[in-house]
Amino acid sequence: MEQPLWVPVLQAVVVFAYYLLITAVLIWAERRVVARMQSRLGPNRVGPFGILQTLVDGAKMFFKEDITPGMVNKVIYNLAPLVGVIAGFLVVAVIPIGGEVTLFGETFTLVVADLSIGVLWILALSSIHVYSVFLAGWASNSPYPLLGGIRSSAQMISYEIAQGLAVASVVIYAGSLRVSDIVAAQSGPGFIDGVPAWYAIPLFPAFLVFVIGMVAEAGRPPFDLAEAEGELVGGFNTEYSGMRFGMFMLAEFMSVVTMSAIVVPLFLGGPAGPTFGLPDSVAWVMPILWFFLKMVGFIFFFILLRGAMPRYRYDKLMNLGWKVLIPVALVWTLVTATFVLIEEAGGLPAGTRLGLAVAAAVILLVLLFGGRASAPDTRSVAKAPDITAGRTPALDEPGSADLQATDHQEVAP
Amino acid sequence: MLSEYLPVLLLFGLAVAFAVGSLVVSSLVGPRVPNPTKLAAYESGNIPLADVRNTRFSVKFYMVAMLFLIFDIEVVFIYPWAVVFRELGWFGLGQMALFIGILGVAFVYEIGRGGLEWD
Repeated sequence: MEQPLWVPVLQAVVVFAYYLLITAVLIWAERRVVARMQSRLGPNRVGPFGILQTLVDGAKMFFKEDITPGMVNKVIYNLAPLVGVIAGFLVVAVIPIGGEVTLFGETFTLVVADLSIGVLWILALSSIHVYSVFLAGWASNSPYPLLGGIRSSAQMISYEIAQGLAVASVVIYAGSLRVSDIVAAQSGPGFIDGVPAWYAIPLFPAFLVFVIGMVAEAGRPPFDLAEAEGELVGGFNTEYSGMRFGMFMLAEFMSVVTMSAIVVPLFLGGPAGPTFGLPDSVAWVMPILWFFLKMVGFIFFFILLRGAMPRYRYDKLMNLGWKVLIPVALVWTLVTATFVLIEEAGGLPAGTRLGLAVAAAVILLVLLFGGRASAPDTRSVAKAPDITAGRTPALDEPGSADLQATDHQEVAP
Repeated sequence: MLSEYLPVLLLFGLAVAFAVGSLVVSSLVGPRVPNPTKLAAYESGNIPLADVRNTRFSVKFYMVAMLFLIFDIEVVFIYPWAVVFRELGWFGLGQMALFIGILGVAFVYEIGRGGLEWD
């Protein structure tokens, strides 16, 4: 399969421009949509509907002073923003943004490289983003960036495990690390007629864990603890300004796009979709369109989350990651493996299958919501005995009702 | 085999060129007017007091880092098994369940001892 040199060059350039452009549009779309959710207009001056706002903002960044404070570790301080952006671009190398395209007699897929270790590549490169955050915080030699950097790297590594385990069940189901194999395994009919064989359906818990994990990995609201401005000023990038700050912004917004792009081939069938019987000459557009639509759906989900959700508390964030997502993903990995082996051995009758699915759904719902209803916030529970410590009035003692009432008022704030 | 990575290398080159290029252009056209206040650590307008070498942070973060190592190694072990587990069959699944089970016991113990409480 000898290809002329322009094919890989074209693949690289197209993918690079594709994600850069979508990131630029995302920033604009986010500002517009969040503005609408807050009864504002949002940027609407530059270009039609203000769509060129990002471009102008980016250009403005060039003309801003790029301050390097005196106390920083210069080498790492300069390196950190580059690491984030470069890793962000490299993650998407294995994601197909469309199907096969024939151009000037050469047929190729719209992907930079369909590596045999595709899934590992995705996980490895998206973990490199942690380095950018942590090194930026550490190299700044300043209190707020240090705290912000440590905090968000702890957050990212915690959710990375959950994500890795969620993807492991995809690998178990598909039996391959190659992204094109995973996409191919999701083509064809699903369990039920008319429903595609996307892994989001049989592996729904893993899908859920992955989606929650990707919001946390991208450091987006409601998990944007990295830049909780009320507590940490700006988090790890406080000491950065000018274009280097712009690089962090780009990396953060791009991780929204790349995460949305990653989830599509892993759980939503990649660029596959109906072509509506179009002739071959135009049918190649459809995979590009399907991939775009699926990805934009997730990007929109990110934007809506930002507009709708308040910021999570840090201890709750870590509890969710360690005590809910990781156990769920671990158990689900084993469950998936068991089911695949049962399927290999001949499969279960339809009735048993349905029963198990219902049982699993009930267990999942109980795990997710049952625990929360019965166990109120740990902080107020822990506080309550301290106030009444040393004086435990019997219920029939005079004035005990008053005491309880005052206790209650003391606890409330 | 290695030629697969040529386009990746091109993409890497593009990304590096873009990122470094932006910084270089910015440093050429941007102003540079340093003053002592600008070059000091930013502490919301206060005169910087903290020496970051003595800044303390919670030991919990070390716990998270150590747990992360354990579980990340677990994930790394799961991946090769996930690719070939159809050949390994029930025996492989049993072994993996044993491995995850041992870690799971330690994990439950860790949670029970309050190792993951943030208060």
